[in-house]
Amino acid sequence: MKAYFGRRYTISASHRLNADTLSVEENRAVYGKCNNAHGHGHNYVIEVLVGGEVNAATGMVVDLVALDRAVGERILDRFDHANLNLDPLFRDRVPTTENLCKAVFDLLRNALPEVELEHVRVEETENNFFECSTRG
Amino acid sequence: MIFLTRRATFSASHYYWNEAWSAEKNQQVFGRCANRNGHGHNYTLEVTVAGEPDAVTGFVVDLKWLKDVMEREVLAAYDHRHLNLETPEFNNANPTTENIAIAAWKRLEPAINGASDAGAGGAKLKRIRVYETPEIFAEYRGEA
Repeated sequence: MKAYFGRRYTISASHRLNADTLSVEENRAVYGKCNNAHGHGHNYVIEVLVGGEVNAATGMVVDLVALDRAVGERILDRFDHANLNLDPLFRDRVPTTENLCKAVFDLLRNALPEVELEHVRVEETENNFFECSTRG
Repeated sequence: MIFLTRRATFSASHYYWNEAWSAEKNQQVFGRCANRNGHGHNYTLEVTVAGEPDAVTGFVVDLKWLKDVMEREVLAAYDHRHLNLETPEFNNANPTTENIAIAAWKRLEPAINGASDAGAGGAKLKRIRVYETPEIFAEYRGEA
């Protein structure tokens, strides 16, 4: 029987939205205050939803400790209390929350062989969130 | 098609234990959740139904009707109960968040999808989500 298990994690990180291909004026027009020279930060919430068969012996879809370890090693250690612009993944990509969501999804995609990564949702503030899923 | 979700909360106790395993293995797999005196959570149950808004009322489902169904089918059985000891579906299965989501679906699916009263409005059950804490939840969408 297939079910889904979700877990929410929090990271605090800084970023600045600035596209190298745009002029100073264009960056200001597109990104507004998110383009301010010294960047700013958010408390991001990263929601990870995995799907799989419920193990008959344990009643669980996934070992929570293994999920925490995978997310910890691949995501939290990398992005928490970091400047996203300095991460190699964002050398050529603007660290918008859309791109962060996609990066997190790609980093976790094969992390847990026994379950399928259903979606990653990144909440930048209480009012903004972005989702990547296997459904494209 | 509109998806509509209603939330309700219940408080219950449980523990995780597999009788086929040794005490050591239960401790190793389930950790603190295996403490035999149990522990409890404030659960949030999210029920999502889907349908077309009624041309007259604009409702997919009568929310009072849905609330009553959730209370009758799920909360009456789970709220302020010990899930291992007082609910038959967990006599032989751990009341993990995953299994609670599946069990809640089994309780609600006939009551919602089989309902002929006006309040149901033809809405069909699409998703159950059960939050064990604000950070942990399980979801069931029926047999795919």
